[in-house]
Amino acid sequence: MQFGIFSVGDVTTDPTTGRTPSERERIKAMVTIALKAEEVGLDVFATGEHHNPPFVPSSPTTMLGYIAARTERLILSTATTLITTNDPVKIAEDYAMLQHLADGRVDLILGRGNTGPVYPWFGQDIRQGIPLAIENYALLHKLWREDVVDWEGRFRTPLQGFTATPRPLDGVPPFVWHGSIRSPEIAEQAAYYGDGFFANNIFWPKEHFIRLITLYRQRYAHYGHGTPEQAIVGLGGQVFMRKNSQDAVREFRPYFDNAPVYGHGPSLEDFMAETPLTVGSPQQVIDRTLTFREHFGDYQRQLFLMDHAGLPLKTVLEQLDILGEEVVPVLRREFAKNRPAGVPDAPTHAARTSEPSAA
Amino acid sequence: MKLVAVSAGLSQPSSTRLLADRLVQATRARLEEPAAGAPVEARVIELRDLAGDIANALVTGFPNTRLREAVDAVTGADGLVAVTPVFTASYSGLFKSFVDVLDPDALAGVPVLVAATGGTARHSLVLEHAMRPLFAYLRAVVVPTAVYAASEDWGGGGDAFTEGLAERVGRAGAELAGLMTGQAATRRRPAGPGDDVEAVVPFEEQLAALRP
Repeated sequence: MQFGIFSVGDVTTDPTTGRTPSERERIKAMVTIALKAEEVGLDVFATGEHHNPPFVPSSPTTMLGYIAARTERLILSTATTLITTNDPVKIAEDYAMLQHLADGRVDLILGRGNTGPVYPWFGQDIRQGIPLAIENYALLHKLWREDVVDWEGRFRTPLQGFTATPRPLDGVPPFVWHGSIRSPEIAEQAAYYGDGFFANNIFWPKEHFIRLITLYRQRYAHYGHGTPEQAIVGLGGQVFMRKNSQDAVREFRPYFDNAPVYGHGPSLEDFMAETPLTVGSPQQVIDRTLTFREHFGDYQRQLFLMDHAGLPLKTVLEQLDILGEEVVPVLRREFAKNRPAGVPDAPTHAARTSEPSAA
Repeated sequence: MKLVAVSAGLSQPSSTRLLADRLVQATRARLEEPAAGAPVEARVIELRDLAGDIANALVTGFPNTRLREAVDAVTGADGLVAVTPVFTASYSGLFKSFVDVLDPDALAGVPVLVAATGGTARHSLVLEHAMRPLFAYLRAVVVPTAVYAASEDWGGGGDAFTEGLAERVGRAGAELAGLMTGQAATRRRPAGPGDDVEAVVPFEEQLAALRP
């Protein structure tokens, strides 16, 4: 099982000091956080893709390429690659390039983004959101698997005898997760291709995601990729820890109360009860995270959101120390216990290269 | 048979709640008549008790457990009584915010009785120009008689032009009961957490739809 962090890349004022980092500071902080993730023994760093303030990560492969050069082991992923508005030809080439530079430590979570206006910024029509996600991925899938592609679709100019370069490393395309918070069509898409399904469950109650993941697992089996239990599932999580849980709550509360997504709404306590957010001791985080398996089945990847809502870099790095030293080693041990034999490990380039059928 | 009333009254005691109770009573009486004979499970939901939860749902995008329970009761009802006080020429903001939390399809086909309270009978058309269109948008089936209770209605009978409140409550209750017993067997329910996973369009069909 893989453990890591994912970042939205928001530039948010620290509510306790009133200080707002510059874009440069935030971008550099994201890199520092990624390097720290490798240092403390995490497996994955994933960055969002946004094209509007207050977010900075508009160019994921630039950032991930830079991090690749400074890490050895860390898997570099996107937390959203906009499959709707990016040209699939460019995605095919950018991420194949990154694969070569990072020696295969690359995968992607495809998504449709969090804001409607992004569609016209890239010449697309939001009313076609789901059809764009379907057609663009069908083309991307082909570009990574066929050396010479003829293509005709509804949303872009046809391709005739086109070869995306460079070809994927060792002929194995980056592993793809399809991310969704509400659309069953995307769970169906992930199942059809036998790709992973990443449910970013951090802002909504679990019942909703149980339905989506159950659908994905059933349809994964329907399309003959394996049993429902063998489908590849990733989940989000959101935590803040201190040795004493009261200290964690006291320190995190002003960030929670003013957070961009859920601030000025429910109390921290209510939100913790309704969503996976856990603010408390490392043991509380361990206990809560272990319950995910009971709800969603044995899964492959756990990503935590650690660096949003204006938390200062120093605090985030302290959080990563706690996560890497006290939480993840225990989670690895506990998740390994009673894991049924048929449940696959999280996908890596090395493993997929040795099993050509998985490509 | 499940009958649920939603009251957006704020004061305690509330005339909006009182009207909701009267309408539930009238509907239940008709439903339980020997000829119809359906056992009735009736419940009144006070939005005042959920005011904070409703505001939080607007901020977070999901109803918390307590509000979810109320939403499930409303969307799972065989018949709904919706009663709001008139605030500034329309339903109250709390009432509308609760409706905003509902899935837009969740009340499709559900029989609904709309009612309102106010200080003066001059606001009674709020039922026709605000409440009825709201439920028309949700594709609910609104009964013909909408019941408006002005302060004076609680003390008086009818006049030369209309029946008194008690008669209108009885007529509206009978209409709601009639719709509930007429359609209950074929009602489609929204999917919930306990149901099977949602229906999905097979992927080949989604792909095929895009082929030029």
